[in-house]
Amino acid sequence: MKDTKMKARITVTLKTGVLDPQGKAIEHALDGLGFQGVDEVRQGKLIELDLQDTDKEAALTRVTEMCEKLLANTVIENYAIELE
Amino acid sequence: MRSSVIVFPASNCDRDASVALEEITGTKPAMVWHAESTVPESDLILLPGGFSFGDYLRSGAMAAQSPIMKDVIAKAKAGVPVLGICNGFQVLVESELLPGALMRNRDIKFLCKDVQLKVERNDTIFTSKYDAGELITIPIAHHDGNYFASEDTLKELEDEGRVAFRYVDDAGNATQEANPNGSQNNIAGIYNKNMKVLGLMPHPERLISKELGGTDGRGLFESLLEALH
Repeated sequence: MKDTKMKARITVTLKTGVLDPQGKAIEHALDGLGFQGVDEVRQGKLIELDLQDTDKEAALTRVTEMCEKLLANTVIENYAIELE
Repeated sequence: MRSSVIVFPASNCDRDASVALEEITGTKPAMVWHAESTVPESDLILLPGGFSFGDYLRSGAMAAQSPIMKDVIAKAKAGVPVLGICNGFQVLVESELLPGALMRNRDIKFLCKDVQLKVERNDTIFTSKYDAGELITIPIAHHDGNYFASEDTLKELEDEGRVAFRYVDDAGNATQEANPNGSQNNIAGIYNKNMKVLGLMPHPERLISKELGGTDGRGLFESLLEALH
């Protein structure tokens, strides 16, 4: 990956046990449309960053800091980072 | 009593807050733009309602990172009273001056109506002009007012008497029917550990005169005046 710019894909999801009113509404809407067999819907966010970083490890450290500081609220949300 | 109202892009209750403070404390507050780095010497800092930064990412998340918030946090930690109303409450939890989070309302809808609140205690700088257990009616206007905290945090809030206001029915009971937004334990407002930072979803600044439908919001500002004059 050296000398290649990177893209970070961050998936933010609500923690287990945190009520997700939007997911519930989607669940009901799907049911109303006749899509059966959906046990639960959880809605999250996908955030993509184009990074100038070339070092994967340094990028991961930085993006983790971004998630902790702003991109996710760790009281209610989990985040997962993919770098490519 | 000197107060400062922090103004973020898309704050929209900053003027109401200013009018309430000026009318009740007799002193016009300083309006402080979010990009400033220092809050002027103040006895009270008020974070107003609105939709700061368009509620992008999460309500209050961007405002919590504003340059001015560094000084608000420092001053709050030094003991300066801070009042966060609605979006201001969201900014306070995002800044971690208050615990927990404010999530999308249980029924997804934006809520704009009067609700009944119970004043949990009256031995704080914000509530001395009310009776303990008094029921008051104050409007709410929010999309993300569903208070959530971990079990441990909730227990700590309850054990330390840090719930300021609760949504209740006419008999003063915190029932599910009286809970407009799904907040845990019907919580409408909470204090920090030293009881000098208060965040609440309802808008007391909107109910300070008969012409506006009632005066139940005055008590909060009158309490502050008595404590901080």
